[in-house]
Amino acid sequence: MSDNTNLLTREQIAACAARDMEDGWLVNLGIGMPTLIPTYIPKGRDVLFHSENGLIGMGPPPTPEEYDQDLISAGKGAVTIVPGGAYVHHADSFAVARGGRLDCAVLGAFQVAENGDLCNWRLPTQKSGSVGGAMDIAAGSKRVFAMMTHTTREGEPKIVRERTYPLTALGVVKRIYTDMAVISVTADGLVLEQIAPGLTPDEVQAATGAPLDMSRVATIEIAA
Amino acid sequence: MKNKKADTLEAAVAAVRDGDIVLVGGFGATGVPEKLIDGVCDRGLRDLTVVTNNAGTGRSGIARLMDEGCVGKLVCSFPWAKESFVFKELYDAGRIDLEIVPQGTIAERMRAAGAGLGGFLTPTAVGTDLAEGKPVHTIDGKDYVLELPMRGNIALCKAYKVDPRGNLVFHKTARNFNPVMAMAADHTIVEVQEEVGLGDLDPEIIVTPGVFVDTYYTTGFYEIGKDTR
Repeated sequence: MSDNTNLLTREQIAACAARDMEDGWLVNLGIGMPTLIPTYIPKGRDVLFHSENGLIGMGPPPTPEEYDQDLISAGKGAVTIVPGGAYVHHADSFAVARGGRLDCAVLGAFQVAENGDLCNWRLPTQKSGSVGGAMDIAAGSKRVFAMMTHTTREGEPKIVRERTYPLTALGVVKRIYTDMAVISVTADGLVLEQIAPGLTPDEVQAATGAPLDMSRVATIEIAA
Repeated sequence: MKNKKADTLEAAVAAVRDGDIVLVGGFGATGVPEKLIDGVCDRGLRDLTVVTNNAGTGRSGIARLMDEGCVGKLVCSFPWAKESFVFKELYDAGRIDLEIVPQGTIAERMRAAGAGLGGFLTPTAVGTDLAEGKPVHTIDGKDYVLELPMRGNIALCKAYKVDPRGNLVFHKTARNFNPVMAMAADHTIVEVQEEVGLGDLDPEIIVTPGVFVDTYYTTGFYEIGKDTR
């Protein structure tokens, strides 16, 4: 798949997910690709970001003058706090996550099953992994969006009928954003909502390990 | 009034013993009580079980504690990171044990210990490897894993300001695990940037009341993550 020039870039995938972040939401972003999302939140929309290390209202990286060694994100990069933000300790931060106060969590994934099972903390070949807050956030968030490449580097589908990777949380993923498509997870199965310009629904289906409802697919609008 | 102030680093960490379970505050390199850790390293203690979020950053702080052979077991949520190379070397050599616990579960297990609870039921990890062997209870149709409290013999914490009663305020995201760890140990030792007088902390903004603090040691500001050996 890697030579397919119609695949979306990481930034374009982030822009797709950003458009679906609703006004007033509190959102947790997993490390990696999801951290690109804040740049693409449509203007005028008030979306607050939760960083599980104790920050509600995470802002962009600091200028040199704003830098503070005591203000970091869950990915351990230097960040800022937005006006009206709050610091909390870890037990409260995870009360926010488990207690259903996160409107959305956008998390990276190794594998997503058609029933919404999320696998993102350990590869089957590894004897152990770095779970961090993934299991708490995935289990407690009102909705989990997965953000990932559509296939593995070897071209194997990462969206599958039944998971074969170690589980992070059961049945939590509601939508999947990939370099090929946006897919919703519903009680009736996977629905192909949007595809990258230049791709056909059949191409996306061929790269997907579970059947897709292709009856209402739209083309992803790419910002100039 | 009970004197909680330690005038020297040596005195601050005098209560730590070989084999202790030691809760160590911090997330990444932020909020890690590096000076207290240096004090524990200087004592050459052995077989500590360290409960903390990460497996050390670079060669200072928790990484130094492991590097000097003080740690027999690490309980954490995020062991594998490129900055945690000291831990990886020790783990690969079979010289340190590892228990992985989800981040929110670590925090809540300590909070439960501090709050006198016998455990709690969490939706985290249901159906996963990390819940293996743990009882599952169904409440109102939803499954929860039973998690037990995690208490330390010692907590090593970092705070911003302290008053003579041990009341604490924290600085930005350096707060992280420090308040819950302070609650959850038999003996809590805190390094603080600054000591202020009695009555100088607004009671409305105190995060950790001094009742959870046994000993404090003033360090002043220092740049974090520097190898000071």
